[in-house]
Amino acid sequence: MKVTVCIGSSCHLKGSRRVVEQLQYLIAENDLKEKVQLGGTFCMGKCQQGVCVTVDDNFFSLTPDTVDEFFNKEILAKV
Amino acid sequence: MRKFDTKVQHLKYKVLSEVARQAWNDTLYDNLLDIPKILVPGKTPTMRCCVYKERAILSERVKIAMGGDKENPNVIEVIPIACDECPVGGFEVTNACRGCLAHRCEDVCRFGAISFDNNHVAHIDKSKCKECGACAKVCPYTAIVSRKRPCQNACKIKAISMNESKEAIIDNDTCISCGACVYQCPFGAIMDKSYIINVVDMLKNRNRDEKYNVYAVVAPSISSQFTYAKLGQVISGLKALGFHTVVEAALGADMVAMAESKELTEKGFLTSSCCPAFVDYINKSFPALKEHISHNLSPMATIAKYIKETDNAAKVVFIGPCTAKKAEAQKPEVKKYIDAVMTFEELQALFDSRDIEITNLEEDVLDNASYFGRIFARSGGLTDAVAEALKEQGIEDFELKACTCDGIEACRVALLKKSKNMLDANFIEGMACVGGCIGGAGCLTHGEKNKAEVDKYGNEAFEKSIADAISILK
Repeated sequence: MKVTVCIGSSCHLKGSRRVVEQLQYLIAENDLKEKVQLGGTFCMGKCQQGVCVTVDDNFFSLTPDTVDEFFNKEILAKV
Repeated sequence: MRKFDTKVQHLKYKVLSEVARQAWNDTLYDNLLDIPKILVPGKTPTMRCCVYKERAILSERVKIAMGGDKENPNVIEVIPIACDECPVGGFEVTNACRGCLAHRCEDVCRFGAISFDNNHVAHIDKSKCKECGACAKVCPYTAIVSRKRPCQNACKIKAISMNESKEAIIDNDTCISCGACVYQCPFGAIMDKSYIINVVDMLKNRNRDEKYNVYAVVAPSISSQFTYAKLGQVISGLKALGFHTVVEAALGADMVAMAESKELTEKGFLTSSCCPAFVDYINKSFPALKEHISHNLSPMATIAKYIKETDNAAKVVFIGPCTAKKAEAQKPEVKKYIDAVMTFEELQALFDSRDIEITNLEEDVLDNASYFGRIFARSGGLTDAVAEALKEQGIEDFELKACTCDGIEACRVALLKKSKNMLDANFIEGMACVGGCIGGAGCLTHGEKNKAEVDKYGNEAFEKSIADAISILK
């Protein structure tokens, strides 16, 4: 599974660093480093919906506060 | 509103924007020969002896705007017919000499080069004169002047001389492509080659057969440029041109600060690798010190490498104040990451070639890097960042003794000392331009406030520490 977080300017200002750090933490915590590939990208062209995240080809709009819920539903449950 | 420091820059800009405009319209090759006449339409010369010479020079400028002489590896090029063959006599006594009694000039000359004729007027014996300028400083009538060419004066590393026809020539084995002569030549006879049409082609064709994203990587010195608009409007302007997104080179600087500080503790002595002109200077003039050059890529190349690793359909255009970056981008280890380099001057031309008035645009955001990455743009910033990176990594048993060199003359002094083992420092921050990148030849304007602007921009960074700025990259 490939999870990509936008780290472009707009998403960065909306807290993409916190999203990335929380995901890094949760992935390590659940021992998913082998299965989940976490990466960054600059701009997905949907700045209004930031923080922009994709899981494989599916798009999600996150905030730092919704990371846990997203992780449980979209990563932990599907991996 | 005035956008440039000099009329020479303005002329160069007019050529670049016209060439870019024709390139956007796919008419460049049809109208190539007409561009000089488009720019100088009338019969009254405003720059040279006649409109025909003006147009002849303009056609040379068009050539350089389209990449210049392919045979010449240097990105800095002389336009021989534009060179005014300025006098090169060195210090000379002018007719302002009143034949006074004091003879301060004679007394101060340590080489006995000054004598007087029957009218008591001073003369300089060229065979004895060492060009120290002491006589010029003491003359109460300022009657002694240095007739040195502005290009030679600007070139502190003596890469410029003249040929038999008295035209300026550049010694490519010495030249570091810093662009000081480009900015200083009052006739605009030395120019940096432009790759603006490559950028136009890249942007124009991005949605055709081969799909790719064009990224703009902007140098932090942009904060001191485009002063007539807001930085956010410049970012919007870049997107209006067709750039996919804009990324701060300063984020690459954050990455470099971290890596370079580590490398420094391992090697014990290091010279910085950010300024391509400084690196080139060591390679060409101090080859014995080569081994000390940091092995890190520059911030530009570092961030471009990262972008290409995250997006395999990425093309990267670096936009900065620097002509030497154009040379750096041709190096084999950098070429694969950077597709083109433009200066701020060229970006202004590109905006206007599309009639994009950035002051009418909404403000977009630009925020990727930390305070420390952003202050790389001014002299001393890199040293501050390396000190911070050592602190953030908890390396306390290493004492950073930095030698901050502001301008290529200061670099020369430090490198000379180092080669004689007389330098009391373990890190040389070398910046070829005085003031750092904000003094670069490709800046639109050079002002007193530029340093303050860079610091202000640094302070506005969302991330305050280097570690926070780069934590997302791992």
